[in-house]
Amino acid sequence: MIDRRKFLKRAVLFIPAVGLFRRLASDAQAKTPVAGYDPSNHLYGMGIDIDKCIGCGRCVEACKTENNVPKEPFFFRTWVERYTIKKDDSVEVENIDPRLRRGEEKTSEADVLRSFFVPKLCNQCQNPPCVQVCPVGATFSTEDGVVLVDSNRCIGCRYCIQACPYGARYLNPETKTADKCTFCYHRVVKGLLPACVEVCPTQARVFGDLKSMASRLVRFKRMKRITVLKAHLNTEPKVVYGNLDGEVR
Amino acid sequence: MNPELAQRLTEHLSEVTGFIYPNEVEIQWGILVVVYPYITGLVAGAFILASLVQLFNIKEVQPTYRLALLTALAFLLIAPLPLLLHLGHPLRSYEIFLTPQLKSAMAMFGFVYLWYLMAVLLLELWFEYRKDLVLWSKDAVFPMNWIYKILSFFSTDVSDRAVAFDHKAIRVITLVGVPSAFLLHGYVGFIFGSVKANPWWGSVLMPLVFLMSAIVSGIALIVFLYMVVAPLKGEAVDMRCLDKITSYLFYAVIVDFTLEVLDFIHRLYQSEESIKILSRLVMDKLFVSLWVIQVLLGMLVPLAVMVAVKSLKFTEELRRLFYFASVILIQLGIFATRWNVVIGGQLFSKSFRGLTTYKMEVVGIEGLFVAIALLIAPFIILTVFLKIFPAWDSESASHATS
Repeated sequence: MIDRRKFLKRAVLFIPAVGLFRRLASDAQAKTPVAGYDPSNHLYGMGIDIDKCIGCGRCVEACKTENNVPKEPFFFRTWVERYTIKKDDSVEVENIDPRLRRGEEKTSEADVLRSFFVPKLCNQCQNPPCVQVCPVGATFSTEDGVVLVDSNRCIGCRYCIQACPYGARYLNPETKTADKCTFCYHRVVKGLLPACVEVCPTQARVFGDLKSMASRLVRFKRMKRITVLKAHLNTEPKVVYGNLDGEVR
Repeated sequence: MNPELAQRLTEHLSEVTGFIYPNEVEIQWGILVVVYPYITGLVAGAFILASLVQLFNIKEVQPTYRLALLTALAFLLIAPLPLLLHLGHPLRSYEIFLTPQLKSAMAMFGFVYLWYLMAVLLLELWFEYRKDLVLWSKDAVFPMNWIYKILSFFSTDVSDRAVAFDHKAIRVITLVGVPSAFLLHGYVGFIFGSVKANPWWGSVLMPLVFLMSAIVSGIALIVFLYMVVAPLKGEAVDMRCLDKITSYLFYAVIVDFTLEVLDFIHRLYQSEESIKILSRLVMDKLFVSLWVIQVLLGMLVPLAVMVAVKSLKFTEELRRLFYFASVILIQLGIFATRWNVVIGGQLFSKSFRGLTTYKMEVVGIEGLFVAIALLIAPFIILTVFLKIFPAWDSESASHATS
């Protein structure tokens, strides 16, 4: 029979023991992605130069191929929107995926005031709502600034999809877990570029390390007028846009 | 990818008006996520009604006390099922308990639920029924006598002192229970209200609106059950009790309605970026479920009926008829409320430039049949409960009011 004093003593010991155990368990799972890679030396981001994007859609294809994103036009880690602002100030937006092309143009060229393409992807927020709401911690921010999903832990509740203001997440129909852009983390840690950046023919996508003054991204941020999407939501995106039109949401 | 899903999403795509983000074609939270807050609302509401009886010692409503507690339990047992069935990986659901992410509103579900089930409802029911269990275990025949014996945890003491202790315990549990019931449903509202990405959901009033509508639906359910079950059990429907509960219902509907109108006016007056798309949402996609079912049939008509019953002198029979019709309409209205929140919040794009459509599956795990089964299941459980633990025992009724 255990007396009260003994019980309390053990209870007091039990709590830090559980904390220690959990710490050890999470450390045991954490792996260095590549030998010699130190995430604390990096902080990744992406710049998108609106003036350079020609809407070819190669980034979308490269992403789907590289990351096994389902081919159907309902699941995207990255996609390209075309904005058409007409002379009467009305705005038309379209996802330019070739699988969705619906015949000829609806708007005649004479009515167009201005038009441009906007590549979209996960904004890798510094203050990510998706990470905040995940009930099991399957979605998390890495030290080098990328938001990832652990598909072995995700329970598929889809709260993160609801919480993302950018529509960047989807439920992968194969794995039944949440899925999204990872900045091609598996490539980046090896020193390679994300697939979408690699294939972009006009260098409209600029990938870089914000901790390195020599990176192209830092130069991009110095030279361009920079905007982020939905700044009022205070998500602090690490994907920044150069010369973005005010119409874009 | 499974061709059926591709087919369904292609159909969705043809229904889209304006522009939506490409990942928004698939509606993520379907009918099961509508059923979940509806059921927890009934639990919280039924329990709050029972607690009113206890805390303020309202004699008229006493006949519904046990019924309300058993109803709350029957619905609470089913409450996690719609969530579980909706998960992509139901077998991993235990992770919410083992490695909860403490900043997530949803991670608290398991704890709030368990607390409410174990520390409040079961405990209160046990103290309420303990004396009866002891008595029944003596009278009943095998195997029921053993079931009662085990359920009473082999307690045998029915002395006045022991019964007085039961009553004291119930009072204490009720004191803890009322805030717990508020927590249970207020927190469900918070899950939606805290999503800043979604202007239809993200409102500080959301937990309050959820709570008040929960109280409305819970009280309406108890009135409905009382009017159906009591005659079946050979009990006369106590009109004093009915008049009293429906007057609570009346006030609850007024508060609920006020909150929702406040929310509406606030949005309209602030007229933020999202106002255009939300106007199109409520005038087009949600017209029937919001204006016709939720507001007109679910609130204004029952309110008018109850005002009429209060101000005019109707016969008992007519009053019963009006009450019965009102609570059914209210129930319909609250279900529509849940629908409009959960489904409505996903019908417009977060780009605020387009609308999509929800096409409910009929068969399939997230389909209509499963939803109906989940809504019927608590009534079956309640029937079993009422068989084993009669809610109206002449002896216990007299001791409870004493």
